[in-house]
Amino acid sequence: MSDTANHVPAAGPAAPSLARRLKRDYFRSPSQALVSVLGLGLFLWIIWTVANWAIFSAVFDGDASPEECRAASGACWTVIAQRWRIILFGLYPFEEQWRSALACVTVVAMVVLSCLPSFWTGKRLAAVWLVGTSLFYVLMKGGILGLPLIGEERWGGLALTLFIFVATCLIGFPLSIVLALLRRSELPIISKGIGLFIDAVRSLPLLSILFAFAVVVPFMLPQWLQAGKLYRVICGAALFFAAYQAEIIRGGMQGVATGQTEAAKSLGLGYWHRIGRIILPQAMRNALPATINQFVISFKETSLVIVVGFFEILASGNAAYGTGDWTFAYREVYAFIALIYFVFVFSLSRYGAYLERRMAVGEL
Amino acid sequence: MPGFLRNQKVRNALLQALFVAVVLIVVLGGWRNAQQTLEAQNMVSGFGFLNKSTGWDLTFSLLPTSSSDPYWWFFVVGILNTLFLGIIGLALATLIGGIIGIMRTLDNPVLNLLGRSYVDFFRNIPLILQVFFWYAVVTHLPSPREAATFGPLTMSSRGIYMPALNVGGWYLFAAGVAVLAAIILPFWVGRTRRIARPPEDRRGLVWAAFLGPLAAAIAIILIGRDPAEPLLSLPTLGGLNIRGGLRISPEFSAMLISIGIYGGAYIAEIVRGGFKAVGKGQTEAAHALGLTPLQSFFRIRLPLALRAMLPILANQYIWLIKATTMGIAIGFNDFFMIVAVTINQSGQTIEAIAILMAGFLAINLTLAAIFNRINKAIALKGNQLRS
Repeated sequence: MSDTANHVPAAGPAAPSLARRLKRDYFRSPSQALVSVLGLGLFLWIIWTVANWAIFSAVFDGDASPEECRAASGACWTVIAQRWRIILFGLYPFEEQWRSALACVTVVAMVVLSCLPSFWTGKRLAAVWLVGTSLFYVLMKGGILGLPLIGEERWGGLALTLFIFVATCLIGFPLSIVLALLRRSELPIISKGIGLFIDAVRSLPLLSILFAFAVVVPFMLPQWLQAGKLYRVICGAALFFAAYQAEIIRGGMQGVATGQTEAAKSLGLGYWHRIGRIILPQAMRNALPATINQFVISFKETSLVIVVGFFEILASGNAAYGTGDWTFAYREVYAFIALIYFVFVFSLSRYGAYLERRMAVGEL
Repeated sequence: MPGFLRNQKVRNALLQALFVAVVLIVVLGGWRNAQQTLEAQNMVSGFGFLNKSTGWDLTFSLLPTSSSDPYWWFFVVGILNTLFLGIIGLALATLIGGIIGIMRTLDNPVLNLLGRSYVDFFRNIPLILQVFFWYAVVTHLPSPREAATFGPLTMSSRGIYMPALNVGGWYLFAAGVAVLAAIILPFWVGRTRRIARPPEDRRGLVWAAFLGPLAAAIAIILIGRDPAEPLLSLPTLGGLNIRGGLRISPEFSAMLISIGIYGGAYIAEIVRGGFKAVGKGQTEAAHALGLTPLQSFFRIRLPLALRAMLPILANQYIWLIKATTMGIAIGFNDFFMIVAVTINQSGQTIEAIAILMAGFLAINLTLAAIFNRINKAIALKGNQLRS
């Protein structure tokens, strides 16, 4: 490492003072100083403009009329106070909305649990996700335990967004492992065929796949095989996810030294033991950062289902400002939805970065 | 297990046969079912519908269209629209991403903070949300009567207007192609091995390759101009609307802004990664040789970083081109939207989806091929590393 590591601490140079650090980092030369001052000014100006709009000149009164709100120079948070139920729950019946909220909490708990390293075994992860998803489904749909039945067509808002994401992962992840294994098969027809399929899916826009599953698949499938449109679209999203994730897992598998397979073979382990006990665990470890990245991307991409006519959070946001007196308040509604997405996506991607650092330390 | 199944070769052959059989059953079953459904609805399958006229109008197209044009012409226009939005969007995203990415490699903490906030903010919000947001912003601009003007630009809720040439659509298109040739041809002439003359003696040829197409472009514009009007048409308020000039529709500007900003955030990270991949020793060596920081940047670090980032950049470009399909959410007439409307109008679902797939495959493969060529052309050759 650096020379300082060899110094006796007492003899080492004292930490530079604040003024000196400032001079070193920000004011090394006149041009650096100019850039620093201008940049800082720009940064403060952006912060001030946003804060001024969102806080200082904003209307926080939940009962303000649209006219009062329009007159204010800042944000009008009244629209959120009055419409947050539409944005979060969509068309879900008013008195049952606690179920939708609880279902969202379930999903968040499930994601947090699967981020804990003590849950990182295939069985535990599968258990968490199966239990969590069934709990979510029962809560949302009802029909048993005295909960009134609420069909999928009335789900909406955040809960629908989360459901599509969770179901996509739950179907797509196992599928991606299967695809990756088939792609690495030693049988040429199978590996080439699956390779062609993966490349075809990857070269299409997700929207066209969602659209095809919503509109075209009904032509191709017999009546008894046609699930509802929501489930068809989820299958399309899962397929798309699986095609990308399969390539990530394949990359992870290629990173496992061939000696591992040979050692397993010489121990007399069969294919399934070799894959399940030796190759996949190591491949997953290699692929972990990219996998989390893929989850983040697919969470953001659930927002696309708005195009095939679902009332997820973005659509319900459009409805919240699109009707009646609040048409001017689009910024506030989009800021609210953007904040929700930002919290989910940013924390997941920060977590991914943290894992990457942690794994890099482990490898040294 | 019967004896013959223990033979590895037999088992492999059977497994592959099973795989092919399953694929065939799925594909043929789907096909048969689709035909039955179509017959039940009395619809003709096949590509005959391509010659029928569409009966609807496009709000945005580069080439002249009308509602009596056939479907195939709309598909061509759609692909052109997608490519047009894609290319301009990619250029904008690359510009933004390049600036932000380089900002983050300079070791000024303030610039670093600015770049990082930008990337973190825009990367973590779905693109379609940004598309909706910018569309709302653009359509909430003041009405044409109270339009704001910024220099040559006039901004109103009907669109953004800028000065334009008074030239017919086809002539403008041809002139555009000529200008593109004027940009690309000189590079080709300067590098190709098909010309016997050594590259040092080609200066005249390169100039000819630049000036020739440029002259052609000017000639086309002069021929195609409308003699009754001034050559440069400026947007002016007439009645309730703005007349003259080039109108950039709100849909196009919203898509362009979102793709530029969102793609820029991703490209910034790629650019930063590319510069990080250049060894510190390279900069130090350049410094030791007495190169100024600017020289070391343009001659050493940028070329090396470009090589490192090009493959990832190619992937990102392909992703961004595919992302232009989100234009359907706000009604931009791209290829995907035209296919979707075609399906709704004509019911030729499978054929239209096949065209969509073929179109995107062609675009992706072309892009990939172009980037492979560039990658090969700029890859370090063996002797370059040694000398």
